[in-house]
Amino acid sequence: MTLYADLHVTRGAFQLDLELTVEPGEVVALLGPNGAGKSTAIRAIAGLLPITSGEIRLGDDLWDAPPRVFRSADRRPIGVVFQDYLLFNHLSALENVAFGLRARGTPKQTARAEAARWLETVGLSEYARTRPRSLSGGQAQRVALVRALATSPDLLLLDEPLAALDASTTLHVRAELSQRLGRYDGRTLLVTHDPLDAMVLADRLVIVEDGQIVQEGAPTEIARRPRTEYVAQLVGLNLYRGRAHGNLVTLDGGGTVTTASPSEGAVFVAFPPSAVSLYPERPTGTPRNTWPMQVAGVEQHAHTVRVRLTPHDAPAPMSLLADITTAAVADLHLTPGQHLHATLKATEIQTYPA
Amino acid sequence: MTTHITRRRVGGRVPLVLFVPALLGLAFLVVPLVGLLAQAPWSTLPSRLFSVEVGQALRLSLLCASAATVICLLLGVPLAWLLARAELPGRGLIRALVTVPLVLPPVVGGVALLLVLGRRGLIGEHLDLWFGISLPFTTAAVIVAEAFVAMPFLVISVEGALRAADPRYEEAAATLGAGRWLTFRRVTLPSIAPGIVAGSVLCWARALGEFGATITFAGNLPGRTTTMPLAVYLALETDPDVAVVLSIVLLAVSVIVLACLRERWIGALR
Repeated sequence: MTLYADLHVTRGAFQLDLELTVEPGEVVALLGPNGAGKSTAIRAIAGLLPITSGEIRLGDDLWDAPPRVFRSADRRPIGVVFQDYLLFNHLSALENVAFGLRARGTPKQTARAEAARWLETVGLSEYARTRPRSLSGGQAQRVALVRALATSPDLLLLDEPLAALDASTTLHVRAELSQRLGRYDGRTLLVTHDPLDAMVLADRLVIVEDGQIVQEGAPTEIARRPRTEYVAQLVGLNLYRGRAHGNLVTLDGGGTVTTASPSEGAVFVAFPPSAVSLYPERPTGTPRNTWPMQVAGVEQHAHTVRVRLTPHDAPAPMSLLADITTAAVADLHLTPGQHLHATLKATEIQTYPA
Repeated sequence: MTTHITRRRVGGRVPLVLFVPALLGLAFLVVPLVGLLAQAPWSTLPSRLFSVEVGQALRLSLLCASAATVICLLLGVPLAWLLARAELPGRGLIRALVTVPLVLPPVVGGVALLLVLGRRGLIGEHLDLWFGISLPFTTAAVIVAEAFVAMPFLVISVEGALRAADPRYEEAAATLGAGRWLTFRRVTLPSIAPGIVAGSVLCWARALGEFGATITFAGNLPGRTTTMPLAVYLALETDPDVAVVLSIVLLAVSVIVLACLRERWIGALR
């Protein structure tokens, strides 16, 4: 049984239109900037917000189909992990996990035994009597996850599950969550604004901007071939739209790029910032992709320096990113406003139909 | 250095314009109570304290105030929930109506109760006719009068707690399969417990001190409707020393209850 959601939600001036499917065993990530409508989508599927039109169903089982059908959250077979977990502070960790089972009619003793077993699977047996307030961020996250899983839901919804953790725990918890989702045979829908979470956890990404899907596909596909500025930024690529004729692409924003492989028509041109080199003078030997540029900004990354460049005096790609070594920064005496020449290796360029 | 000096001056000196009235205000609140204690007939206090009338009035007062608080809890908490959570047309008007007894002179409340629940009253007539129940001038009437006057305190306090509570916890409960009633019992109620306790204390204290509505609606029948405040008022005419003793007892009870509840529940849950 597939989860099918055709969501249309109107809230004031904001309009959300999403069509989603999640297969059993599949992890789908909704990825997008803040305010893109991801939370609205997850709330609609959870039954916390009725949709304006469209339908949500699991197999043939209708959950929401205005104006006839609306099943409230407590009657949908779901488990939700909220961004800040929302563990009940007046209940122990064990009682939190047992809550869903109790609410669905399991006798008290059975529910508690079951909850204890779930806590054991995440290594939190000794915290069974602990109140959520006294748990660390990572522990609270695990309690929230098993609380959602304890009722054996058909659909698991994760709303920014790692956003509340500090950087040092995130790495560990993310790996653990990934394993756990791999073992879960229901459907998982994950909402996040962190591309790394999405890439690691999901089988398929759905990118949302301004309430609309802008791109959809496997993480590797999206990482290699972004289709919007936002996605390109997420995966750290330079991305341009243009018209190809043979090996020459005329960019919509100005400038041309010579590619290694020929193509025709409307295309995207993508390349990593590391494929760009900077020279104080126009390099000899005339590489074909050379543009006079101007330094707009310099940012220190882990082992490289990212330089943001804008065209200077001649047609060139708008807003170009280049990654260079710290040593190169010293050689070039980089300062904002400085004029440079940027070259690009044709072999590192991806072109694909727009 | 400069910031340090400035901060010291700002924090250290209270302007006289504020300090003098503040001190006067404090004295105004405390001096009458001190006077009460100073005037008490301490030597004869134990014998008067354990007299029949005092015991009777005290027992009746505690019983009625507690019963009224229970009624207020049973009716007031759902009312507060309705005001805070339900999408109600004319909610502002309903809230205004709830707070009317708060500003209404209690005597007027008593008259109103008499007109509605009295033997010739709108509802009282039928109560008498069909069930042979007559409320006025009974202990039950004391409880009704006290509940009428005290309920707004509870409703306002609980509604405030409900508004401050994060409704997303209720959503979390819903996604775990809990219906609205279960969610209310197991998630909402525990989270607003401090507000309910605080509201109950206020409500109980108000009921304990209730005078106007009680004497109007329930009269003054020793052993049946003469609560402590009524007894104080009566005694003042006949035997002022007894009035002082009764007042001290009321004062002590209020202080003890407030102190206990603050320490044990309000403090622990905060």
